[in-house]
Amino acid sequence: MPPDDVLLEVKDLVKHFEVGAGFFGTQAGTVRAVDGVSFALRRGETLGLVGESGCGKTTTGRCVLQLERPTRGSIVFEGQELTTLGEAELRGVRRRMQVIFQDPYSSLNPRMTVGDIVEEPLAVHRIVTDGAARAARVRQLLSHVGLLSQHARRYPHQLSGGQRQRVGIARALAMEPSLIICDEPVSALDVSIQAQIINLLEDLQAEFGLTYLFIAHDLAVVRHISDRVAVMYLGKIVELADRKALYDDPLHPYTRALLSAVPIPDPELELHRERTVLGGEVPSPLNPPAGCVFHPRCPIAIDRCRSEIPPLREVTPGHWAACILA
Amino acid sequence: MTVLLDVRSLSTQFTTHHGVVRAVDDVSWDVAEGETVALVGESGCGKSVSALSIMRLVAAPAGRIVGGQIFFKGRDLLTLSEAEMRRVRGREIAMIFQEPMTSLNPVLTVGRQLTEGLEIHLGMSAAAARARAVELLGMVGIPDGAGRLGQYPHQFSGGMRQRMMIAMALACEPALILADEPTTALDVTIQAQILELMKSLSRRLGVAMLMITHNLGVVARYADRVNVMYAGRIIERGTARELYAHPRHPYTLGLLRSVPRLDEPRRARLAPIEGQPPDLSRLPTGCAFVPRCGFSVDRCGRDRPGLRAIGAAGHVSACWEAERLAGIPAHAA
Repeated sequence: MPPDDVLLEVKDLVKHFEVGAGFFGTQAGTVRAVDGVSFALRRGETLGLVGESGCGKTTTGRCVLQLERPTRGSIVFEGQELTTLGEAELRGVRRRMQVIFQDPYSSLNPRMTVGDIVEEPLAVHRIVTDGAARAARVRQLLSHVGLLSQHARRYPHQLSGGQRQRVGIARALAMEPSLIICDEPVSALDVSIQAQIINLLEDLQAEFGLTYLFIAHDLAVVRHISDRVAVMYLGKIVELADRKALYDDPLHPYTRALLSAVPIPDPELELHRERTVLGGEVPSPLNPPAGCVFHPRCPIAIDRCRSEIPPLREVTPGHWAACILA
Repeated sequence: MTVLLDVRSLSTQFTTHHGVVRAVDDVSWDVAEGETVALVGESGCGKSVSALSIMRLVAAPAGRIVGGQIFFKGRDLLTLSEAEMRRVRGREIAMIFQEPMTSLNPVLTVGRQLTEGLEIHLGMSAAAARARAVELLGMVGIPDGAGRLGQYPHQFSGGMRQRMMIAMALACEPALILADEPTTALDVTIQAQILELMKSLSRRLGVAMLMITHNLGVVARYADRVNVMYAGRIIERGTARELYAHPRHPYTLGLLRSVPRLDEPRRARLAPIEGQPPDLSRLPTGCAFVPRCGFSVDRCGRDRPGLRAIGAAGHVSACWEAERLAGIPAHAA
């Protein structure tokens, strides 16, 4: 891809957390939350980041935002290396990248009205200095996300879950960002509301040319919204491809197992559907398995998988997989 | 098939600052012996309160069962004394909750939590109960049960805790298990393990199951019959097959059409149900779904539709315009 097309480039990102010997005698060690992750985001695209809890997808997002400082690796956003920036310099950068959280209730201040929540970043970052203009901008932002101007006077607890998530989106938009990290933005919402919010995110992307890093565990939702998809397992990307290639022709046995585990809302189809149910559980990132991290649960593992770490390699053009058998 | 649980005109209300919330409003449904029945709906539709009502665990004084009967093996549970009801809970009807960490006691060992019910309900000796506990752990796929008995819930992973909940539920060989979002807190690969386990155990032991969930995929795979709830009422019921193939309520149709599906070509745009779920303390006189419905006519705002038979045997819908839904594909692709 041409370099000026790349909005964000993450290279060999590593984030380890040291855990000390705790009060209850927990073992000291290193949690390898993110262990060598690389990907790039083009302007205007949506990259889905999927995986199960503890796979490192949220930590990856927080490292991009520099809410966690990476242990190693590089994060270049709009041509600027972020990992070496100080807090003051990061403030300017953070205007350009925003985040939408999973739980809109715990991420909105319960004592502020919706209007104040959306207005605050405009004032703090001096985006709109004139008070009347700021109020007008708040109304405009609320209407972008499908809320009415009278919602500005309400408090978060007076809104439904879907409306609260709309407030979170309006607050993110207020900064006029180029990149939005969406961390499980619909998983706390009811099914009928999820589709509303997904459609809204797509409309806003088209209108404002936004780029999304869409972190989620719901494979059907990720397929709908993403242009490309990265699958994470135990701190590593195990597969990365265009949406169609990943879903139509998954190369990594973990991706295949994930896809087969998703029940399809069709009893007729489910009756005859073969399922690969993975045994065991995700190992602890405190002590990941040697060789391929997936080998203890892998249905096709061979001897070499126990010792050899499979690199993420381009198996077909644009389709990367970290499996020696792919 | 013999009816095991027969819920008739159940109404459960909560008194709040904002008025009376009719969480479950004149609802009737049943479960046959060995059958898996689903109660599907979104948050606040009354599905969990329905299960708590059966167990008579609705939080008083705010919550109260105000009407109806709950026949279990022919006895109305609502007429039992508290002591009699305690013999039903865990012994004849067991419950599995969504969040195993908060429903297990953190300061009791796994062994104690498993053996308590066996000793109290079945009068087993401590040694016999321990042996049975090890057997139960093995049955739900937790190896080295004897070594596990001395551990505490926090030493178990999320999937293992949910397996333990299932073991506890099965301990006294109940006739019915109420499973309230049993896998919602779990990852998709673990969810598949747990659901397959529950299905095979319920088949093998002949346990009937009420599965409460918002996940339409889970229902499709595991339920024999489905009740769809909206705003405290059942708005459609049928066999899973019939209901998914021929939904006859605009809400069911909307739910099915709003979810992206992995087995279909990707759609350009999702088809959401517009609007917000209703406020249960201010329900309209007519059908509660009217403000979000694309099929409503004048009558819907005035008269609340009751369930009526439609199409295949046992398929009922609470919609005046149900016939108009025939021929509309249940998925939007």
